Amino acid sequence: MINKDQLQNKEEIPMIDIKIDGKAISIPKTRPHSVTGKQEPTTIIQACSIAGVDIPHFCYHPRLPVSGNCRMCLIEYGIPAIDRDRKPILNPDGTPVIRKMPRPAIACFFNDTATTEIYTNTEAVKQYRQAVLEFLLINHPLDCPICDQAGDCKLQEYVHQYGQETSRFVEDKVIKPKKRAISSKIILDNERCVLCTRCVRFTREIIGIPALGILNRGGLNQISNYPGSDFEHNYTLNAVDLCPVGALTSRDFRFRMRSWFLSETKSICPGCATGCNIIIHSRDKQIYRLKPRENDNVNSVWMCDYGRLNYKWVNAQNRLTHVFAENTDGTQVESDWLSTLKKIISVLEKTPPKTTAILVSSRLSTEEIYLISKLAKRLDAFTDSISHLGEGDSFLLNKDLTPNSKAIQIFKLASKTPGDRIAEISKNIDEGKIRNLLVFGEDPIKSGIAPGILGRLDLFVICDILVNPSSKEAQYLLPGASFAEKQGTFINAQGRVQRFGKAFSPIGDARPEYWILANILTKITQESWPLTPEGIFNKITATTPGFENMTWELLGTVGMDIVSTANTTE
Amino acid sequence: MIVKRKKMTLAERLYLPTIIGGFSVSIRHFFRKKITLRYPEEKWTLPQGYRGIPHLVKDQNGRVKCVACQMCEFICPPKAIKVIPPGPDEHPERGEIEKEPAEFQIDMSRCIFCGYCQEICPEEAIFLMNRYSMTTHSRKEMILNKEKLLELGGIREDSVMKWENKHKPRIF
Ligand code: SF4
Ligand code: SF4
Ligand code: SF4
Ligand code: SF4
Ligand code: FES
Repeated sequence: MINKDQLQNKEEIPMIDIKIDGKAISIPKTRPHSVTGKQEPTTIIQACSIAGVDIPHFCYHPRLPVSGNCRMCLIEYGIPAIDRDRKPILNPDGTPVIRKMPRPAIACFFNDTATTEIYTNTEAVKQYRQAVLEFLLINHPLDCPICDQAGDCKLQEYVHQYGQETSRFVEDKVIKPKKRAISSKIILDNERCVLCTRCVRFTREIIGIPALGILNRGGLNQISNYPGSDFEHNYTLNAVDLCPVGALTSRDFRFRMRSWFLSETKSICPGCATGCNIIIHSRDKQIYRLKPRENDNVNSVWMCDYGRLNYKWVNAQNRLTHVFAENTDGTQVESDWLSTLKKIISVLEKTPPKTTAILVSSRLSTEEIYLISKLAKRLDAFTDSISHLGEGDSFLLNKDLTPNSKAIQIFKLASKTPGDRIAEISKNIDEGKIRNLLVFGEDPIKSGIAPGILGRLDLFVICDILVNPSSKEAQYLLPGASFAEKQGTFINAQGRVQRFGKAFSPIGDARPEYWILANILTKITQESWPLTPEGIFNKITATTPGFENMTWELLGTVGMDIVSTANTTE
Repeated sequence: MIVKRKKMTLAERLYLPTIIGGFSVSIRHFFRKKITLRYPEEKWTLPQGYRGIPHLVKDQNGRVKCVACQMCEFICPPKAIKVIPPGPDEHPERGEIEKEPAEFQIDMSRCIFCGYCQEICPEEAIFLMNRYSMTTHSRKEMILNKEKLLELGGIREDSVMKWENKHKPRIF
């Protein structure tokens, strides 16, 4: 995961000048090791990636130890020529003579510092690539029409780009096991595997369980989990992302949609307080999968399986999709936003101070939590939140299973132990001191408010994404938007503010909570509040300590850390 | 722009020569070989390669050839095709066959008979056949589902039968 040394190693690294395909470039002499972070000589593939030259590769992955087994990355290189006395041979103009070496080298491993020229597009390199691909395709099943990887597949891409048009292979292909469930979450197709061992190295080096290995020899080589050892772990689905072909596929995504139909939206995982950077893959208002997105400050390139599979509720059956208002006879009937908000506002406008309680979920965005804090200030309301704690682990998954508890603390909507004011709120409702209860994204009865007393309230609003057991008690039921249906920011446990994007517009009649809140606030404070997350966020930065040097634009795709007040006083 | 009107000659003003000219065309056609058909009693013999309504076919073993790769859905210019993939659940009765669409719909009120679906299909599962007439009482009935498409398509010999060759793996 994130390696602090890797990030903070500020000492000068000497640069060396090399030529890639005739273009001069200077690159750092050493680069941090993918796992240990120790400085090691720059490999050719790293140099090329700095120069923006693509080298096809299967087994190399920037976050895994180098293995050098696929030979896809073969290149040619040249070093200064020397004579018999080991003296450099010079050109008439005094520059050293460079001699191309007779054998190719694998770019992912080769790091001879004497190398001064790299050739990636010579006739020989083209032939190496073609030959490697031809060998890979000999026993490849060409399952592309039914392979979930099609469209994302490195083998497809490289064959298209560097391979030959027709196959010369006339014998029978080796038949290997297909659709093998190697864990409850992953299906392995041995025929499609290119034996790059990325998955093996991932399980050993990154998550530290030696669950996968290679069996047999030669053409019968195959990946397998060790007999008797299961491959159950909270990070296994990262191996599916790593697999350059369709050998490891996720059972959750299996045969559900082809990758080219999915649109990608940069987002933040709402599963826990770590705030892993993710990409939402969606089509027609339906999420099909979540994938991790690179951010060295948070999750490197990984995410946990819990977070990855925690999206089904967005399209669940019990989604709230319409506004409901309570009739005089106590039944809830469908209503519309305009009249419902009008009625809510008319009550809140007239209510005396200290007669309102607001229960806030830490799953809301920072902007929404900020607006709620303003609403609470205007109404002098009691506020509280609920903490949702889980097990957590030592890698990414945080104990706190909500994405934005930090914002609840920053805007002081709950004490350090959220939920400790609920009993008091419940008592005050019982005694008739609290007349209005607004709930955002929580279940008030489950949170600890006595069920029998909710009928005594003048105003009882629940704004939520899913129907919960308390929903039928509410006078007004407002459908909110999930993280995929709105923009906003979450502040993770380390205090990093990160932006998430909107993948599709809210399902049914649902509306983002910030829209609801800004409308209510505009009416009851006589000020105008921005109706966009960007506007609200820029209001936050103007008034909140620690946010001074942020803007919506500057947050970009990787977010910014809140400047801790401790640092500024130093 | 002003269009100048040409002054008409006497013959033109008389109309008669033009009327006679018109009639001569009609009379010529009256005595020619007829090319109209008494449709629907009489049916048209379709030329080779006619592109009628797209249908799904089965192979000689009765297997649905479509594997729900959704290439046709992707290529279809008017977005007439909708394939619903089967999802991860295993279907033991299918044996080695891994994938088959859960549902397949072609909205014939959108199809433009371009034949792209047939051309792109990697499994030779969809063909534009000889059926050209489709009359229904509602637009909804214009949407053909998987069952209907397979019924209309019938059987087509498959020379490869790749699923037959997926025996039990030699090694484990
Ligand atoms: S792994 Fe790639 S090349 Fe192989 S069947 Fe899947 S998509 Fe096709
Ligand atoms: S299963 Fe995938 S990641 Fe593992 S060795 Fe095979 S191709 Fe590589
Ligand atoms: S014939 Fe053309 S328009 Fe009709 S379903 Fe096929 S691809 Fe679509
Ligand atoms: S008809 Fe052919 S192209 Fe269309 S989904 Fe089926 S196999 Fe794919
Ligand atoms: S990427 Fe270099 S050998 Fe595989």
